[in-house]
Amino acid sequence: MKISVTVNGTKYERDVEPRTLLVYFLREALGLTGAHVGCDSSSCGVCTVVLDGERAVKSCTMFAVQADGHAITTVEGLAQGGKLHPLQQAFWDCHGLQCGFCTPGMLMTSYVFLQRNPDPSEAEIRDALSGNLCRCTGYQNIVASVQQAAGVLRAEAAPAAEPVGA
Amino acid sequence: MSATTDGVAERHSIGQSMKRKEDPRFIQGRGHYVDDISLPGMLYLALVHSPYAHARINKIDKAPALAVPGVIAVLTGEDLAAHGLSWIPTFHGYDKQMVLCVGKALYQFQEVAGVIATSREAAYDGAEAVEVEYEQLAPVIDPFESKKDGILVREDREAKTNHIYHWEVGDREKTDAALKASEVSISQQIYFQRCHPAPLEPCGVIADMNPATGRLTLYLTSQAPHAHRTVVSLVTGIPEDKIHVISPDLGGGFGNKVPVYAGYVVAAAASVVLGKPVKWIETRTENLTTTGFARDYHMTVDIGAKRDGKITALRVATVADHGAFDAAADPTKYPAGLFGIVTGSYDFPTAFTELDAYFTNKAPGGIAYRCSFRVTEASYAIERGMDVLAKKLAMDPAQLRLKNFVRKDQFPYPSPLGFVYDSGDYQLTLNKALKAIGYDDLRREQAEKRKRGELMGIGISTFTEVVGAGPSKLFDIMGIKMFDSAEIRVHPTGSAILRAGTKSQGQGHETTWAQIAAEELGLDPQNILVEEGDTDTAPYGLGTYASRSTPVAGGAIALAARRIREKARAIAAHLLEAPLDDVEWENYAFHVRGVPESKVTMQECAFAAYTNPAPDSEPGLEATFYYDPPNMTFPHGAYLAVVDLDRETGAVKVRRFLAIDDCGTIINPMIVEGQIHGGLTEGFAIAFMQEIVYDADGNNLATNFTDYLLPTSLETPKWETDKTTTPSPHHPIGAKGVGESPNVGSPAAFVNAVMDALAPLGVTHIDMPLTRDKVWNAIRQGTPAAASG
Repeated sequence: MKISVTVNGTKYERDVEPRTLLVYFLREALGLTGAHVGCDSSSCGVCTVVLDGERAVKSCTMFAVQADGHAITTVEGLAQGGKLHPLQQAFWDCHGLQCGFCTPGMLMTSYVFLQRNPDPSEAEIRDALSGNLCRCTGYQNIVASVQQAAGVLRAEAAPAAEPVGA
Repeated sequence: MSATTDGVAERHSIGQSMKRKEDPRFIQGRGHYVDDISLPGMLYLALVHSPYAHARINKIDKAPALAVPGVIAVLTGEDLAAHGLSWIPTFHGYDKQMVLCVGKALYQFQEVAGVIATSREAAYDGAEAVEVEYEQLAPVIDPFESKKDGILVREDREAKTNHIYHWEVGDREKTDAALKASEVSISQQIYFQRCHPAPLEPCGVIADMNPATGRLTLYLTSQAPHAHRTVVSLVTGIPEDKIHVISPDLGGGFGNKVPVYAGYVVAAAASVVLGKPVKWIETRTENLTTTGFARDYHMTVDIGAKRDGKITALRVATVADHGAFDAAADPTKYPAGLFGIVTGSYDFPTAFTELDAYFTNKAPGGIAYRCSFRVTEASYAIERGMDVLAKKLAMDPAQLRLKNFVRKDQFPYPSPLGFVYDSGDYQLTLNKALKAIGYDDLRREQAEKRKRGELMGIGISTFTEVVGAGPSKLFDIMGIKMFDSAEIRVHPTGSAILRAGTKSQGQGHETTWAQIAAEELGLDPQNILVEEGDTDTAPYGLGTYASRSTPVAGGAIALAARRIREKARAIAAHLLEAPLDDVEWENYAFHVRGVPESKVTMQECAFAAYTNPAPDSEPGLEATFYYDPPNMTFPHGAYLAVVDLDRETGAVKVRRFLAIDDCGTIINPMIVEGQIHGGLTEGFAIAFMQEIVYDADGNNLATNFTDYLLPTSLETPKWETDKTTTPSPHHPIGAKGVGESPNVGSPAAFVNAVMDALAPLGVTHIDMPLTRDKVWNAIRQGTPAAASG
């Protein structure tokens, strides 16, 4: 089947088998290997990508043909203009990763989560990340990373000139 | 150098929480794991698995698979036999294992055939299409049944018994007599359940035989690339120079990526036969059902003591379930690993331990899952045992431990089971933990709650590990001594490349190895590139597992750097125009003794080594060191868990968990803390949720992450950590290793806490995992009111 998918801002038209999973389409057809495959059963979340800028989806549980006409953001599309996204910077700063295998999924889930909840509590972050497994960090530094990124993103989103006394 | 608040001199590089050098590629999706690699013309391998735990294979029909579009070949055990590859030796050399079933399948999911195709999908279609005629046989699943030899698992072996070996250490007679004479004694059966490391990246390989050069390249999920190269050469007869193992980024290992698996061998054989690269990436189900399980030890712990709590003797007898092949990757002289550490942190006057291992119709393994060989099992046994003894004595478990610890002045301490502990201060560490958590207040709170019928528990674990295998006189794997190595080349402008025989799986070697070398050389760790995992370039080493990287390779790095420093000193003498004996290294530069203003940096020496070498000297600035450690290292710690139990649901809430670790000199505190967080989380999982369960027919009931549970961010407790520092006296930088301590030490702390909570109900022991239903049942059965109602 012919599909047209925009990935990280670039439009791709490809012919795919209907049973091709989105994660293999990204990894093998487009060479974007940031999303990984860890469990084949949508338990671990290492394949998480963002659909249409607003939904974190497990790309091992979605067919490539279902992405036809949609936009996908992968971890490769997070950094803009050679500058790390605040989430990427925070994971680095806070030691939010060890083997790195879950990291792309953690970043993409957090990316969508912080759009919806820019000022989350620790409990809310832990709830939001509960579909993404990590075997190395024990999550504590991942939570700290998301907290740091949330602060940076809020500061970036704040009006450039704060009213006096705010 | 300036003094820090704790009085330790601030150092150039060691002791700094430097951000990790490997992270930029991981956070940008540019990691390079085996499955990320694609080669031109690459084929894919999928495996066919036995649905039965024990079955004769009467016929394999390849034809339907070969008819599937894209399928190139189907390989069976018979085909491999033609290449002498139907059986391969297991790592510790006492047994062999089938690559693909020959004659019989010995456990469920055992590999029966391999299908090679032009695409991943076609390979799986082909695997589905292979027709196998099985004749089911009765399996033996329980090692205590296996012991009776009613069903023989291994017809291929000369000895017609399921008994694999008996192993023992210590003084049996003296220990038995002391136990008999003891004023108080306990005998506790403890099962450490079968579990699985389950790194998020499954195992895999791309085997690439180049017919033009005759060279076989293996991109392999390998924690021990050099050992794997040697094994491949020994098994296949391919000269070792024609084998190139590349272990790229690994998505965790935890011991799972030490053994050799069927998929690796079949992919390599297929590549050799077809002359094309062949990729095999295991599914999660394959990972959980066929590769390296851990533990599965049935232990009986006997401890004798005086009425005042002074311990007199320890005996531990174990029945070990090894599955269908004896595939534990233990050092040759240690079939039961380093289980002899079972006397733990305590000064037993006498001890004895014995173990009998049996075959069953279950997957093989017995790997060192985030621990030095069998050290987790041993630590769990003694730490549970000490708590059971404390209850029997009606003594506070902290007091019992403090009374019986090996004292600081007893180091180096020869244990009754044959180790010489290098250093430690167990009293200090436990006292620090008790104070930090407010132990006395917690006990008071518990007493109040008990009056109200509330179930609160405090658990203690004060473990000692034995890691860093190891001294070559004792340690080898398949004959290869367990030294490790480092090579450092300093470039003319003062940056460097450092290669080691280890292989990081997330431990951060690219950062910590650079910090060790930078400390020794006074160079910038940011400009020391660390490379591991490529057998063409790295010096020979035995790899990363059993907490051996820092104790062994870490020593090699420091000593290679010191070799460079010694050469650089001669260059500095040349530059300073001073006699060699007058040139000394201080404050990370060379000076003429007594003339502090004279100064030559390592960078200047490096430049001179290439541009202005001393007359009659050898140009260049590099060194290699193979480090054979004189002893093991013995990290220790004191862990405290506080739990609250819900009487109605059996739910356990871990309210607090404090880990005080003593791993000797710390290279990077941030990384050490991260390792501890991760290991505690794995220990938490083992204590509360993880078990590879088989039913009576040998069906594996934990074949994916919905049945084999990994803790999520929701239930994982928040960890509190701190340290004491007792450097190893024999290690070049005093480091002991830390990555496994939390996984070794924490299960007992969790279980002791839950048992402490249940103590008023008369419950003394529940085997892990402490699932909600097990705890709930214990509460129901342990509560007289509930039992009568």
